[in-house]
Amino acid sequence: MLPKYNSELPMSQKVLLNATEIHIALNRLACQLIEKHDDFSKTVLIGIQPRGVFLAERLKTLLETEYKIKNIKLGYLDITFFRDDFRRSDKPLEANKTQINFIVEDKNIVFIDDVLFTGRSIRSALTAVQSFGRPLEIELLTLIDRRFSRHLPIQPDYRGRQVDAINGEKVKVCWKENDGEDAVYLVKS
Amino acid sequence: MSELSVNHLLGIKYITEADIQLIFETADHFKEVINRPIKKVPSLRDITIANLFFENSTRTKLSFELAEKRLSADVINFASSSSSVTKGETLIDTVNNILSMKVDIVVMRHPNPGAGVFLSKHVDASIINAGDGAHEHPTQALLDTYSIREKLGDVAGKKVVIVGDILHSRVALSNIFALQKLGATVKVCGPKTLIPKYIEKLNVEIETNLRKALEWCDVANMLRVQNERMDISYFPTTREYTQQFGLNKAILDSLNKEIVVMHPGPINRGVEITSDVADSKQSIILEQVQNGVAIRMAVIYLLASKIKHHED
Repeated sequence: MLPKYNSELPMSQKVLLNATEIHIALNRLACQLIEKHDDFSKTVLIGIQPRGVFLAERLKTLLETEYKIKNIKLGYLDITFFRDDFRRSDKPLEANKTQINFIVEDKNIVFIDDVLFTGRSIRSALTAVQSFGRPLEIELLTLIDRRFSRHLPIQPDYRGRQVDAINGEKVKVCWKENDGEDAVYLVKS
Repeated sequence: MSELSVNHLLGIKYITEADIQLIFETADHFKEVINRPIKKVPSLRDITIANLFFENSTRTKLSFELAEKRLSADVINFASSSSSVTKGETLIDTVNNILSMKVDIVVMRHPNPGAGVFLSKHVDASIINAGDGAHEHPTQALLDTYSIREKLGDVAGKKVVIVGDILHSRVALSNIFALQKLGATVKVCGPKTLIPKYIEKLNVEIETNLRKALEWCDVANMLRVQNERMDISYFPTTREYTQQFGLNKAILDSLNKEIVVMHPGPINRGVEITSDVADSKQSIILEQVQNGVAIRMAVIYLLASKIKHHED
């Protein structure tokens, strides 16, 4: 018998990374950070609000528990007031909390975000972080790097997985603490 | 929906509690911004704002101008004393001339009540009322209630007394609306001659004894006696006013609790409030001024976000 048509079926989605693969990717990213930043005495992590914060917190915990690195500084940066689509999108832009309780002057900053798509968020973050001083260097870490979709010349220094997705598709990153599971989906509209 | 229900800020009467809460939440973010080493964001770099002041102002004008500049808007200033208004130009003509230079938002202070409402019906720009006669002064009421929320955690359930010249005060009326919308109880206190006739209709109790009013309240908002608006004598002498309605250290210390003291400025030291009270730790007068910039940034940002971008 043919299955009944169910209008409540979710849009078709494909698993890009499951919980184990995310776990492996996070460990690799943590090791790559250690390779470059040693004991993190001159380095600060900045999670980009809102979705980069979960990844940043995971990495911090991982670095502290698995790799015994102490005193990692983590801040959150909201880019709402620095975006270039103010008054251009139909949805009003909603701000999140910025919390940077340390000096960024002469520090190495690692921006952390879940998905790198057009690069516009990172462009905004680069401007926004200047309000807090002049860092020595800024790097970018993303869990998912969507290839061939950039509007600006911005590339990640550390990436979890590179993905080819066409424009109508959406990459959805789920975190256990927020969404109930660790997974990355490619959602077709 | 994180959007204001209105396209202009003409008075607290015209906005909802949700609007006020949205302005507060947005102001929280801007308060963080203005405490950064670089206190500026580029959000409004393609917005032009005209500050039209048909009446004198120092603090409100500076506060608006600073808020606009912190948001990277372009700002033009206008004072009626040095303009063609003295040559007989009408308000609509003056404003339309300014708008033809591509201005998006008008901040206006005017001596006539309702000037902002009138203008909003006739010109194509977002209007922010910075005080219209003895009618409303919405951003002052927003920053006052925001300061109470910051100091006491919440506005709901608090008891606030507004002391002084209620009759000539736009701050009083806007504060009454804002406090009531946020769930506070309001009393007014002052000489009977300076209390408007039908104020009880707004669910406001009148108290003519300052001590009783202070014993009842959590917050006392002290208003200035507006001598410049008084065409007749409303009380015998300033000295008598001060004795009956002036807030001093002795009466404050004799209360069995610590109340919060506010003043929208400018202060007549020694008249409605003594210097030692104005500078005491119970006074949040300077916090009010700092919050004024954050609140005005929030109002301007939220109104600007409703002006859709057009490719000309």
